[in-house]
This record gives sequence, structure tokens and C-alpha cells, in this order.
Amino acid sequence: MSRAPSAPSGAGRAPAGAVGTWLRRGLFLAFLAVIVALPYLAGAFGLRLANLIGMYSLVALGLVLLTGYAGLASLGQAAFVGTGAYTAAVLASRFGVNPWLTLVAGVVASVVVAWLIGLVTLRLKGHFLALATLAWGLVITGVLRNWIPVTGGNTGFGSATGNRIPPLTFLGDPIRGDREYYVLVWGAVLLTLWLVTNLMRSRLGRAIKSLRTGSVAAASFGVDVQRVKMITFLAAAALAALSGGLHAYRELFIVPNLASLNASIDYLIMAVIGGLTSVWGALAGTSVFVLLKEQLQQVLPGILGRTGNYEIVAFGFILVLVLQYARRGLVPMVDALLPRQPERPVREDAPPLPPRERVQASGPLLELEGVTRSFGGLTAVNRLSFQVGQGEVVGLIGPNGAGKTTAFNLITGVLWPDAGRVRFAGRDIARLHPHQVARLGLARTFQHLNLSPSLSLLENVALGAYSRTSSGLWSGLMGLGRAEEERVRAEALRQLRRVGLGDDPFARADSLPLGKLRLLEVARALMADPVLLLLDEPAAGLRRHEKEDLKVLVRRLQGEGVTVLLVEHDMDVVMDLADRIVVMNHGELLAAGTPAEVRRDPAVIEAYLGREVA
Amino acid sequence: MLDIPLILFFEGLTNGAIYALMALGLVVLYSVTGVINVAIGEFVMISALTVASLRAGAVPGSVYLLVAGLLLWAVYDALRFARERRAGRAAVGLLWPVAAAAVAYLAVLLAARAELPYVAYIAVAVALTTALGPVSYRVIIQPLPRASALVYLIMTIGLHLALTGLGLAFWGPQPYTLPPFTSGRVRLGPVILDHQDLWLLALSALLLAGLWWFFGRTLHGKALRAAAVNKLGARLSGISVVRAGSAAFTLSVFLAAVAGVLITPITKMAYDFGFLIGLKGFVGAIIGGLANPAVAVVGALFVGVAEQFSAFYVSSAYKDVLVFLLIIPVLLVRSLQHVDFEEHVE
Repeated sequence: MSRAPSAPSGAGRAPAGAVGTWLRRGLFLAFLAVIVALPYLAGAFGLRLANLIGMYSLVALGLVLLTGYAGLASLGQAAFVGTGAYTAAVLASRFGVNPWLTLVAGVVASVVVAWLIGLVTLRLKGHFLALATLAWGLVITGVLRNWIPVTGGNTGFGSATGNRIPPLTFLGDPIRGDREYYVLVWGAVLLTLWLVTNLMRSRLGRAIKSLRTGSVAAASFGVDVQRVKMITFLAAAALAALSGGLHAYRELFIVPNLASLNASIDYLIMAVIGGLTSVWGALAGTSVFVLLKEQLQQVLPGILGRTGNYEIVAFGFILVLVLQYARRGLVPMVDALLPRQPERPVREDAPPLPPRERVQASGPLLELEGVTRSFGGLTAVNRLSFQVGQGEVVGLIGPNGAGKTTAFNLITGVLWPDAGRVRFAGRDIARLHPHQVARLGLARTFQHLNLSPSLSLLENVALGAYSRTSSGLWSGLMGLGRAEEERVRAEALRQLRRVGLGDDPFARADSLPLGKLRLLEVARALMADPVLLLLDEPAAGLRRHEKEDLKVLVRRLQGEGVTVLLVEHDMDVVMDLADRIVVMNHGELLAAGTPAEVRRDPAVIEAYLGREVA
Repeated sequence: MLDIPLILFFEGLTNGAIYALMALGLVVLYSVTGVINVAIGEFVMISALTVASLRAGAVPGSVYLLVAGLLLWAVYDALRFARERRAGRAAVGLLWPVAAAAVAYLAVLLAARAELPYVAYIAVAVALTTALGPVSYRVIIQPLPRASALVYLIMTIGLHLALTGLGLAFWGPQPYTLPPFTSGRVRLGPVILDHQDLWLLALSALLLAGLWWFFGRTLHGKALRAAAVNKLGARLSGISVVRAGSAAFTLSVFLAAVAGVLITPITKMAYDFGFLIGLKGFVGAIIGGLANPAVAVVGALFVGVAEQFSAFYVSSAYKDVLVFLLIIPVLLVRSLQHVDFEEHVE
């Protein structure tokens, strides 16, 4: 990847040439103009399609959030559509509840169901959610088809079957025609677009995006992964239910197929065609899908000489081909063809984030006591005990497979020990989750890099401040956390400069060589303003002068009162930096002491060089 | 007093054996390739309806599907070799899928025209359907060697749609039936079993035992298991991930094809029946955590039995609902067990 070199002073400022920005603004205005003008231009059929597109878009937007951003798949979005539609219709028709209230009730019902499903699946691997939602979709459809006294069964629910659904009303007037309904539907779509766009630009949005490449990194910087996954899943279910409710009041007649697996698959196709990683993809994909389906349904039976839903063959192939040749989907592909949009510049005058409160422990800052962890028959860490005092730099060394990284994972809550205690500032943290440990002020880097390759350096680093910032779901949706975001971005740029990566903060992470990516990990950890910094082989792959810079950085951090635990194979780096060294071998403590003591220790020499043959 | 439960149990066992074949194929496929094949049930349908076409003296549409797939294979190979600038390989690469397509087409054409015994039709249909396995792998999965489980899942949904639609185009919406392998009944106490039930149970058991032996005792089986445990390690020991993936696809589709010809004489088959059978196999596979073949098989048998009991004692309309609800407690138990944080990383 070649990029125009930019002077360090210009870092963080956007490059000139804002064609890309104006072009995108123009497209956005054109979109708004079309939305506003459509009711005056389109005929009855066109408006009907536009309403359909709007309602489907709501579901597809949920999938963009869930699948595109968070990396979780649901094969049962239609089940939530059906839950929303039937809850609303039955409440309004049978119990005379105000139709507007039933829309809310439909959303609540879907969210409750989604919460229960999330509870049993979100801790498992991602595809279990897909299979559980698929099964749930079949369950819902089965109930809707067979619980005839309540749902009307396969014949449907509505006035044709003796269950009159009252229309939505506005100031006493029913909202009936497609023209009036258009305002309602597209009002909801635009509002949702605004909310989702805000959310994805917020602190929570950053956490959601970080889940796609694995959740360990996010958790290690304070993201409660289960909670964020749940929020995303519930949001997607709520949007689907809203779409279902709107559908019920537009048609005033609903059938179980609304909730069917085929419908769920349709929503997935829409989102995949348009592009799962873009809110505009949801709209574009839905439009393409609806219009294409309309065409295919007219053309195919003529070709085949039979009627039937043969368009599914076409959509099946489209799905496979899009994933093989245009995996990102329509909108991101077009976006890549347009001139690049300059990034929003970092406001360096934003006030700095408040520093973390320094814990004042009387004893050692970190204390491991008899920590043991085995995997099957292999004991990776065996009765390991050592301490790290406040302000110390401690090196943790040992031959490959000695259990160093496992020890790191045991300290940070990624793994839980089978026995023993881990104390941080006097508090037992052995059975805390990674995000809870992170919030206490531990930050780490990973030996096997854990970064989001497609995001910019700045975005990757910004995740590190998650545990220092606070804006939540509501402020994210409303776009209220902007000031805090500016402070995070400014801080991220400062940390990038600190490790020598400040030249091009908007470059994608995957454009950097391995050594620089390690420094990027260090910058992200520094973002957390850590009390204890755990560095897992930070010098691996670094060039000589970069290693020297790293040493200077660690010493400076120590001067600032940061305690450092360092796993490193580069003896030059460890011996130079560490006040004390802990040596592990075969999962056990082999020796501990000052660098000079350890270097002389016969047991250490034997472990590294082997026993001398007599 | 125990008559009815006993009858239900045996009925459940026959369905469960079919689900077990599906579940085992799904677990093997997922372990080796990371692919969750939602389209597995469509192969059940294709093999059964292919037999129906052949018996009626018609050329089954599935052979056109196979020919098209093989030609696509040739195109993909040709493109790949062209990219790698290996003209010699390109010619050979083009040649054999085209030749295979021609042979397959002629063989099926002859089989349809000639008066062959039932068992020959079954063999042709199972072979034809099984051949769709490696073709699906080559055309759909192999072009994306390092995609996530999520992408593979969505791709097999595409395959499911395409195959269901093609099934409708080839065979229409009506259900077909096939004659039993041999007709007659056997009485076991209060339980009366058709010969077909016995064929089904015996052949499924034989297949499961055969696979047990294959994975436990033979080199190829062990290689597949190695590829499932550690892709990189397997490759370093000379096991081709592509070949392992192709083999796993072939095996799972073969099991589905056999399931199709075993179950259709009992239950009938239409273009959209296979999917539900596949999904119930999934419930079994999920009970085995998509990882443990033995638990998956037992789970699938349990699904079959539970289905019959709930149909009789609760409501036949809700039997599918209850079967799919089964996975909720299964997942609950799994998620209550403590898992290390690292383990949910893909």
C-alpha cells in the first residue's frame, strides 16, 4: 500500500481535495429529494412498492447492525416481524387496545423473545445464534399456523376472516392509503437511519464493530461483550417487530408466511446484496431485491411455462455469486469507486480525557499465588506464584511453551485458573471477566495480534479508551457523545504519535508491517491509561531502532508511575528494562530476581541452553 | 399397556435413524470444513425424486444439474490455471469434468430408457446425487478458502434456495412415493414393522458402523479427523485441506442421498420435504454441539422418538414446533457450562 507521505505536522488533518465529500453529500441530498418527491410522482403501484421497500429496509437495517457490524447471524428475523405483527393485530382486534400502543407492544414482545434466545445462545459460538433463531422461526410459524382460535391459522388474520384490525389513526382520521402510509413508513426509516448512523459513530458503535474480528480484544479493553452483543440483537429484533407492526396496519390482514423461514432468508439476501457493512446497503439491497423479485415473478413463469416461486433459484445463485465475487455488496463497492472521502480531522484542541485514578495499594500491585491451570492432561501453568510491586518493570521469561502467555490470560480473566489466587491491588481478580479486569486499570497487548485490519489506526487505538469513557446506548443513539468522542480521537492521535505511528492515523491497520502493528497494540493499551501494563512480546519483529524507541517509551512510562509486566524473548530488551525477572519453565516458577541474579542462576542456564553433558 | 409407547418408539427410531445419518454428515462436514450446510436436506429430496423419474422412464432433471455443475467446475479450473499460467494443466483440468459430465449424462439417459431393476435405479440415483457433493464443494465453497463460518452459512442458504427451486422446476409441487425394497411385515410382540422399516434400520446401522470403522481405523479416516482438529497441522503432515473438504462434502451428501431412498417408501417425498428432514438432523447435530458425532447420532435418534411421542400425546400439528423447541434447553445447558473466554473466538 503506497500512500502519499505527509509531514508529521499535518497528521490528523484531512488531506485537501474534498470532491469525495461533496459527491457523497450530493448523493445524500438526491436521496432525500427522491424520498420527498416520490409521493407526488409515483402512481399507486409505485407507492405500494416504496412502502414495501421501506418496511423491509427496517428489517435489513437490523441485520446490518447484527450481521454486518457485530458479525452475528440471525436466520429468524422474520419470526420477529411475525411476532410484532401478530401481537399488534391480535391486541388491537381482540382486546381493543389503541393501535399505536399495540405497535409498541409488538416491539416489546419481540424484544422479550429475543432476550430469551440471546440468553441461551450469545455465550456460545456465533453460529449457534443463527441455528437457534432458525429453529425459533420454525416454532413461531408452527404456532401461527396451528393456534387457529387466536391467530386464524393459515387463512390469515384480518377482516376477511372475521377479525377486523382497526387502522392506525392520526388526529382521529384513519391512515389508510399508501400515500399517507408512505409518510409513516419512510418517517420511521429515516429516523432509524439517523439513530443507527449516530450509534455507529459512538463509543458503543466502536465496541460493536470490534466484535467482528473476535471478542477478546474488545473485552480486554472493558467491553462487556455479552451485553453489547445482546443490545445489538435486541435492536435488530425491535426493528423487525416495528416493520411487522407497520405491515399489519397497512394490509389490515396478515398471514403466517410473514414469519416464515423463507421470509427470513429474503431479508438476509437484501442485506447481503446491498452490503452488510453499510446502512445504505440495507436500503439499496432492499430496493434491488423488491424490484428484481417483481420482475422475475412476471418473467420466469412465462419462460418455464409453469407458475411457482422459481425466482428463489435466481436469488440462490445471486447470493452465492455476490459472496464469491462481491462479498462487500453493492453500496461498499460503489463507495470504493467514488473518489476517497477525506477523514474527519482530529480536533487536537479537545480537552484531554480525565486520567484514571491511581490505586494506592499497601502491598504488591499484582500478586499470583499458587495459580494452576491445565488443558486436558496438559498442565500449562502449575502453582505459579510471583509478585509485581507498584512502579516496577518485571520481565516474565522462559523457553517456548513455558506458559507465559497462559499466565497473561489468567491474569486478565481470559482464562480462569483451576486453583490459586490472582490479586490486583489487594483484590482477588481470578474469577473476573476480562472486561471487569480491564476496568480496574489493566491493559495488555497480544502476542498474536488482535486488531481490526479493515479499520484505521486511529479507530483501532481509540478502542483502548473504552473503559475510561462512559457514554452509553442512549447518548450513542442521540449523538450526544460527540464531545467525548473528540477527546478520544485527540487522545488516540497523541498515543499514536507516542509510539511513532502518528504520520498517517487514517491508514488501514492492514497496511502496516508486523513490527508496526505491535506498536499499534502498545498504543491501544496506552489509551487505557493503565495502572498495570502487560506487554506480550512487544519487541518481536521490531527493527533495532524501533526496539530502542520501545525501551525509551517503557522507561518513560515507568517514570510516570505505570507498572509493567513484560513477556519478551529478546534478552537485550528484557535485561535492559526489567527491575526484576521471573523465569518460568514447564508452567512452573524456575527463578526470580534481578537480571544479574537470574543470568547467573544455573537452573535458568540449564533451561535455556540444556544440561552440560559430562 | 406398554404397547403404544413401544410402537411409537419404533416409529420414532426409523425417523431418528434418518436424522442420525443427516446429523453425522453435518458434524463431519462442520468439523472438517467449518461449513454448516443448510442445504443438506435438498440432497435427500434429489436422490429420492431421481429414483422416481428413472422408474417412470424419464430423464431426471438432477442430471442436468450435475452436468451444469461439472461444466462450471471446468470453467473454474480453467480460470484458475489460466491465472497461474499453466496451460497444460488447464487443458487436462478442462477435460476431465467435461468427460465426467458426458459419461454421467449418457449413463443416466441409458438408465432411464432401459428397463432396469429397482435396485439399479437406486444405485444410479445415489451415485448421481453423491456426485453433486464434490461439485457443490468445488463450485461454492472452494473459491473462498478462508471465509468465516458465517459466510459459508449464507452461501449454503443460497444453495438451499437454488436446489429447492430447481426441485420444483424438475419435479413439480406434487409428492412422489417409491415402493419398499421388499414388501412384507414382521411382528415383534405388539410392534408390527414393515420390511422397509427393517431395511432402513439395518442399512443405517451398517453405515454408522462402517463410518465408525472408517474414522477410527483407516488412514483416510484419521486424515479427515486430523484436518478437523488442526488445519495447519494437517497440511504440514501432507493432508490436503481441499481434498479433506471435498471428501467431507461427498460423505455428507452420500449419507443424505441414502437417507432419501430409505425414507421415501415410508413417508413420500416432494421438492420441499427434504429441508425439514435436514433441519431435524441439525437438531441432533446441535445436541452433539456440532462436534461430537456419537452424541449427535444419539441426539438425532432422540429427536425422532420425541417427535413421535409428542405427535401422539400432545398434538400432531405441533410436533415440529416441539422438536425445534428441543434445542433451547440444549443450548441453555451448553451456555451454563463455564467456557473460557478464548473459546468463543472464531
